[in-house]
Amino acid sequence: MNATPKPTNGSWSPSLVAFFCNWCTYTAADLAGVSRMKYAPNIRTIRLMCSGRVDPQFILDAFSKGADGVLIGGCHPNDCHYAEGNYKCLRRFRLIKRMVADLGIEEQRLRLEWISAAEGEKVKTVVNEMVDQLKALGPLGIPKQFAEWDAEMTRLEHAAQTSQSAESEVAHA
Amino acid sequence: MYIPKKHEPVRIGFYICHCGVNIASMVDVKEVAKYVGTLPNVVVSRDYKYMCSDPGQEMIQQDIIENRLNRVVVAACSPMLHEQTFRKATEKAGINPFFFQMVNIREHDAWVHTDRLEATRKAMALARAAIQRVPLHKPLEVKKVAVHPNVLIVGGGIAGIHAALVLANAGKRVYLVERDPTIGGHMAKFDKTFPTLDCAMCVLSPKMAAVGSHPNITLWTYSEVAKVDGYVGNYKVVVRRKPRYVLEDLCTGCQECVEACVYKEPKFRDEFNLGLGKRKPIRLPFPQAIPPVTLIDPETCIELKSGKCKKTCLEACGDRKAIDFKQQEELREILVGTIIVATGYQIFDAKRTPYYGYGVYPNVYNALEVERLINASGPTNGELVMRNGQVPKKVAVIHCVGSRDENTNRWCSRVCCLYSLKLAHLIHERTNAEIVNFYIDMRTPGKGMEEFYNRLSEEGMMLVRGKVADVYPDPTDGTTGRLIVQAEDTLMSRILKIPVDMVVLSVGLEPHPDSDKIRRLFNMSCSSEGWFLERHPKLAPVSTFTDGIFLAGCCQGPKDIPDSVAQAGAAAAECFSLIDKGHIEQEPNTAFVVEKECSGCKSCIPLCPYTAISLLEDKKKAYINEALCKGCGTCVASCPSGSIVQNLFEDAEVFSEIEGLLAPVPV
Ligand SMILES: Cc1cc2nc3c(=O)[nH]c(=O)nc-3n(C[C@H](O)[C@H](O)[C@H](O)COP(=O)(O)OP(=O)(O)OC[C@H]3O[C@@H](n4cnc5c(N)ncnc54)[C@H](O)[C@@H]3O)c2cc1C
Ligand code: SF4
Ligand code: SF4
Ligand code: FES
Repeated sequence: MNATPKPTNGSWSPSLVAFFCNWCTYTAADLAGVSRMKYAPNIRTIRLMCSGRVDPQFILDAFSKGADGVLIGGCHPNDCHYAEGNYKCLRRFRLIKRMVADLGIEEQRLRLEWISAAEGEKVKTVVNEMVDQLKALGPLGIPKQFAEWDAEMTRLEHAAQTSQSAESEVAHA
Repeated sequence: MYIPKKHEPVRIGFYICHCGVNIASMVDVKEVAKYVGTLPNVVVSRDYKYMCSDPGQEMIQQDIIENRLNRVVVAACSPMLHEQTFRKATEKAGINPFFFQMVNIREHDAWVHTDRLEATRKAMALARAAIQRVPLHKPLEVKKVAVHPNVLIVGGGIAGIHAALVLANAGKRVYLVERDPTIGGHMAKFDKTFPTLDCAMCVLSPKMAAVGSHPNITLWTYSEVAKVDGYVGNYKVVVRRKPRYVLEDLCTGCQECVEACVYKEPKFRDEFNLGLGKRKPIRLPFPQAIPPVTLIDPETCIELKSGKCKKTCLEACGDRKAIDFKQQEELREILVGTIIVATGYQIFDAKRTPYYGYGVYPNVYNALEVERLINASGPTNGELVMRNGQVPKKVAVIHCVGSRDENTNRWCSRVCCLYSLKLAHLIHERTNAEIVNFYIDMRTPGKGMEEFYNRLSEEGMMLVRGKVADVYPDPTDGTTGRLIVQAEDTLMSRILKIPVDMVVLSVGLEPHPDSDKIRRLFNMSCSSEGWFLERHPKLAPVSTFTDGIFLAGCCQGPKDIPDSVAQAGAAAAECFSLIDKGHIEQEPNTAFVVEKECSGCKSCIPLCPYTAISLLEDKKKAYINEALCKGCGTCVASCPSGSIVQNLFEDAEVFSEIEGLLAPVPV
């Protein structure tokens, strides 16, 4: 299990994992670059062909490996390069949003945005906004939680084993 | 040539590009290379000034051979720019091109961040994600799809016309679809063109006629594209042909019907002359219209409105039998491999800047109206007489109307300074009137344009640098409609109030109001202003994000005729290059079903927008038709048993990327 990135100068800074569709949001991020817009460096982007490819497991996996937030970027409604992948994404997003809430993860840590290839500016504002929100929320720390659960599990297993062996000893007797 | 063996251990070469100083000034490339060198499977890790240069590519190829690399990762610019370059380079050295992965540390990192340490850490994380991903890559093969040789061109302005002729002259079959009853676009309305001041129709009409008679061009005017299906190489297009009520094959263009119409005098608003002249219900838009076929306006024709006309036009047409009041709208379906969109622009509506009084004071005109007024075939036969019947003695030309303004359009329309000078010259030539040009900045870029400006400014027209604040009636004037133009002369720092007879508004260029609809039809993108977006401003200026669809002329942004024609030639060449090659290579990022894992639940089937998925009835397993799959990955993300795999974006590959992104980095 990986830990959250080490703080640079003692202070914690959030990790934001993004899944951007190739045709709109990834291109918009390219445009933001070409236009030399400046935004928070916390974002790490994974390029997918379409937001419809975003598997709920990717989101959970990112959180479990230490992301403090996950951002999905796709084309605006009606603009998906593959007709309607973004609708499928939206449908799935609504479900996963509920699931994530049930896990006790704050709502603001997961966001879906429609950003067209021309909206470099929107990449900047959305990323900055989200990073600010994540900073306010503080670390999610799922890897740490997992480590604790793991330790707990080993303890339980151990306890179970000892009691089992004790039982079998009793049976033998 | 070195060919890696099948089950050889993974050996990765990592290369980080300085991109001159573009990347290196914000990312510590040496530090990143050092870090990546410590990661598992990495055999070489280098930095270099320009990875995309020949020596850069050769370095990779040499390493592949000497160090028996079987995976390559390059951290440089966006994959949109150079993914293909590096794939080809690796392929040349003998490894499958899909064993390559690109990391974007320029557009997504160096250019958008300001903290060198953070940018370096980000580069490390992104590089690590790729390093963890590539061992999972599979060798893939590029699919070849045949390209249909026919081309569709949408819009018959100078750009569409030029592209059509280039392709048709090379022997390609072209469908040219124009919304108006004639081709020609804006240029057909001009009298003369800058910077040469040659007559617009003298250059344009031979080209229009050539389109009309070309054996390789099917010209459909008064028509619109209704539907586009398919993909590069194979677009199925439905074109809606509106009824003209005159049959194109039978009409000879004699216009005897127009003469014979029961309306003896033209009575209705003439669209071609922007309402400055009148027309009959049956008419030819203008004398050199192509096709030279009349049409009847159902809104004003008595027969079409009420069925109660003497139909003198029909009588005059006689045996030619070209007039058909029962003509219906027609839908035509065509198959083409490539498409050029050349739908042009519209002029800014000057009513949106009410302080100039357009639409209120009759002596205020927009520039296009003036083009018609000084045009020999225009409503006044080229004599510049105003609505009040007078010839102006003093004329104000106001630049930048609706351009470079936060309240209207922010962009510079590029041609207005030049056409303003042109119109000033032509008005002076026709009327001997005194001309005052009000400009914000005089912008005359382009070959021969500065010389044109110098030449014309020496003719004695007055040039005032300053924005006009107001145009209002001259209080001392009784009946002629004289106006006062109030402006600040910013060079002399004084307020000017100049009385003039006529005001010409140099309106800017803007996207058509339906550009959003057209964009959706062709699956293109728009800039925030509404101009169609090119794939890359420098390297792919006429391509769109949809393969096989190209742009030409002002629909991509304001430009003059020479640039529109140059773009049209470029777009034609892009089509030509696809057609001549005969096939396109498709990304192998398609999906497939792992049969033994598929439960046959069928949930993926309705999800595919291309109906690529079906159920194999005998086996009760889903099957993806690779030829139909476009590789969106939607089905993959939805399969409950995880039995669909997308090439290049396999679950395991994405998971390894996530892990790599979030792993701790050493700085
Ligand atoms: C007042 C004025 C004066 C100018 N003078 C000069 C000059 O002197 N020299 C110079 O170099 N440039 C001049 N220009 C610029 C010039 O007009 C453009 O560069 C040129 O017309 C661009 O050609 P185009 O084919 O891209 O667009 P357009 O001329 O606009 O042609 C587009 C065509 O597409 C058609 N169309 C639109 N939508 C659709 C659709 N959905 N389906 C089918 N067809 C469609 C339109 O009907 C039109 O025929 C001037 C511009 C203005 C406003
Ligand atoms: S039907 Fe009558 S009104 Fe219509 S075009 Fe013919 S003559 Fe004119
Ligand atoms: S990846 Fe997309 S296009 Fe291909 S089969 Fe699945 S849903 Fe259809
Ligand atoms: S391609 Fe962008 S959301 Fe589908």
